[in-house]
Amino acid sequence: MTTENPRLDIDRIIDDRRMRIIVCCGSGGVGKTTTAAAIGLRAAERGRQVCVLTVDPARRLAQSMGLSSLDNTPRLVDGIDDEAGGSLHAMMLDMKRTFDEIVEAHADPARAAQILANPFYQSLSSSFSGTQEYMAMEKLGQLRRSDEWDLIVVDTPPSRSALDFLDAPERLGRFLDGRLIRILTAPVKAGRPFGRVLNAGFSVMTGALTRLLGAQVLRDAQTFITAFDTMFGGFRERADATYRLLQTPGTSFVVIATPEPDALREASYFVERLAEERMPLAGLILNRVHSAGANRLSAARSLAAAETLEAASAQDGTAPSSSDGYPAALLTAAALRLHAERMNLGRREQRVAGSFMSTHPAVPVMEVPALPEDVHDLAGLRRIGGSFA
Amino acid sequence: MTARDTDWDGVRLHVVTGKGGTGKTTVAAALALALAHAGRKVLLIEAEGRQGIARLFDRPPLPYEERKIAIGPGEANDGRDPGGDVYALAIDPEGALLDYLQMFYGMRSAGVALNKLGMVDFATTIAPGLADVLVTGKATEATRRKQPGSASGFTYDAVVLDAPPTGRVGRFLNVSAEVSGLAKVGPVRTHADTVANVIKSPQTAVHFVCTLEEMPVQETLDGIAEIRSVPGMQVGGIVVNMSRPAVLSRQELKAPPDLAAMAAALGSAGLYDTGPLAAALAEEISEHARYIELADRERSELEATGQPIYELPLIAEGIDLAALHKLAAELRDQGAA
Repeated sequence: MTTENPRLDIDRIIDDRRMRIIVCCGSGGVGKTTTAAAIGLRAAERGRQVCVLTVDPARRLAQSMGLSSLDNTPRLVDGIDDEAGGSLHAMMLDMKRTFDEIVEAHADPARAAQILANPFYQSLSSSFSGTQEYMAMEKLGQLRRSDEWDLIVVDTPPSRSALDFLDAPERLGRFLDGRLIRILTAPVKAGRPFGRVLNAGFSVMTGALTRLLGAQVLRDAQTFITAFDTMFGGFRERADATYRLLQTPGTSFVVIATPEPDALREASYFVERLAEERMPLAGLILNRVHSAGANRLSAARSLAAAETLEAASAQDGTAPSSSDGYPAALLTAAALRLHAERMNLGRREQRVAGSFMSTHPAVPVMEVPALPEDVHDLAGLRRIGGSFA
Repeated sequence: MTARDTDWDGVRLHVVTGKGGTGKTTVAAALALALAHAGRKVLLIEAEGRQGIARLFDRPPLPYEERKIAIGPGEANDGRDPGGDVYALAIDPEGALLDYLQMFYGMRSAGVALNKLGMVDFATTIAPGLADVLVTGKATEATRRKQPGSASGFTYDAVVLDAPPTGRVGRFLNVSAEVSGLAKVGPVRTHADTVANVIKSPQTAVHFVCTLEEMPVQETLDGIAEIRSVPGMQVGGIVVNMSRPAVLSRQELKAPPDLAAMAAALGSAGLYDTGPLAAALAEEISEHARYIELADRERSELEATGQPIYELPLIAEGIDLAALHKLAAELRDQGAA
């Protein structure tokens, strides 16, 4: 693909010992998880002590790294080339388990048990839309602080928008900050700073919520907030610290997209947002790009040649034939049509990618060709990593 | 009105799901177009606020409001089938909550205040299924809405819901169980039960969109098993999207091409540098053969489910309105609508 954009050099990033975190982000279905694993493997085989943190529960990925399953603890991946002294661990985020561990670490046993049993906590820790992102951030912070690995490759949760990874922790934080919850769950007292008018307004709303959800739900929320109150400060601080860590030069964001309009639109939003947040962008990996071997033969000429062959063969059958008797002219015509289709697809992908690149001319870009098969093993991951070279 | 048997004649609510990147929204839009014929009115609902429908139909972002966005094709050019109308609605949980409060309690203003304070987040967190039940509630309400004087008695002859991806759709649709975990009584519970009555009935079908690749097919199989495990829920068709044509027969793909003969053929068609060109084309053929072999394997896994399969071609130029109409015609020809 012809482009003015600089080429994204993944090897330079993974060979830079000061680089400690690589975040792979992008919208759903673009191959983030596989790319993260391929980067992790390549870095490990180039001598880094790597941990890949994934949030994708696809068993296939675990299997491709020779693990029967991934869980909330980093597991050593066997079978990598460790000649350069590197190692590879992989783990999958269990957001509920991670949340539970924070609660257990920050509250005395009795209070922790009370929180863990609370129905409101249970739905928050397993279902709130921001919890997964928040816990991914928390886990990343834990891995980084442990200092057992010199490079952590993290794959972001499969959300509707790539931006959720940056926004959701803030949203959960705001939510747990609990001013709103407190106002809603506390009985309306006289003389509160918000004044009587607001209080009246809130009681209407509390009433509305009670009617919607039932009183028990609000009582559970109130109990949870009371119990959670004391540990909240530390909770928030840690998330903030991890967020700041992402702004340091030891972090690189790699945005992943397929050459499709939706995926590249998300990539665009993300690139712009990273700049606003002063977070270090390494570049864009354009994944699953189609190309044709005979790329100097255009679709138009290829189709014209196919038509010529078909017409000639229909007319007199004088076209050269192959040894086994199948008319080579027709086979060749079919191959030319196939080639034209691939050229058209490739040209469309170039056009779509081109609009991203002309909007972001300074963003380094690298292409990974489309493979006919999914990745099943380390060799498959290594092959993807090979296209980073 | 022309009577024509389709695979889903009794279905009024078509739920369309699929793995991210498989073209779920495109297929939902094409299905809505396909259903809009013979004067029928179809509502296309987008559940996840991405405004993908507006982009597909080349319109400005859709508000929380049902508005007409396209005209379905007529069956014939003789004027007997005047075509139909496609309306679209983009639902977000906030809008659906306001709608709900207004519809059942006349409490819109309280709802607006709730929304400003981030209370919708709060409410949907307390009851994780709440956002889902509000969205599916809106879809089922539109499905059931009556309009005296219309041919069917309903406002819409069919509703197509562009639902969340396969990984989440079971939870999204099995709304009443999810909400009941928290809200055991009260109006939301009642509402959820009403929604479930529509979703777990023969008038609703869940269609799956996938491509012939391993992960999307696996997710589709898992999704189908999940829907089947819920009593009353109906799995619809499987739409294989972005299918690449098999230019050569399976037999031709197997035989190694005779490079010299190919080069000669290329030369006779007026091309140059025929030796390397023949080699490159042969390599393209063998790659294509690998793709077709894999696709056949995945297709047979889908066939094993026994659900009807519809196959839509990859449109290399990208999806525009003309392409949507082409896909809609494919769906109709194959009996999906």
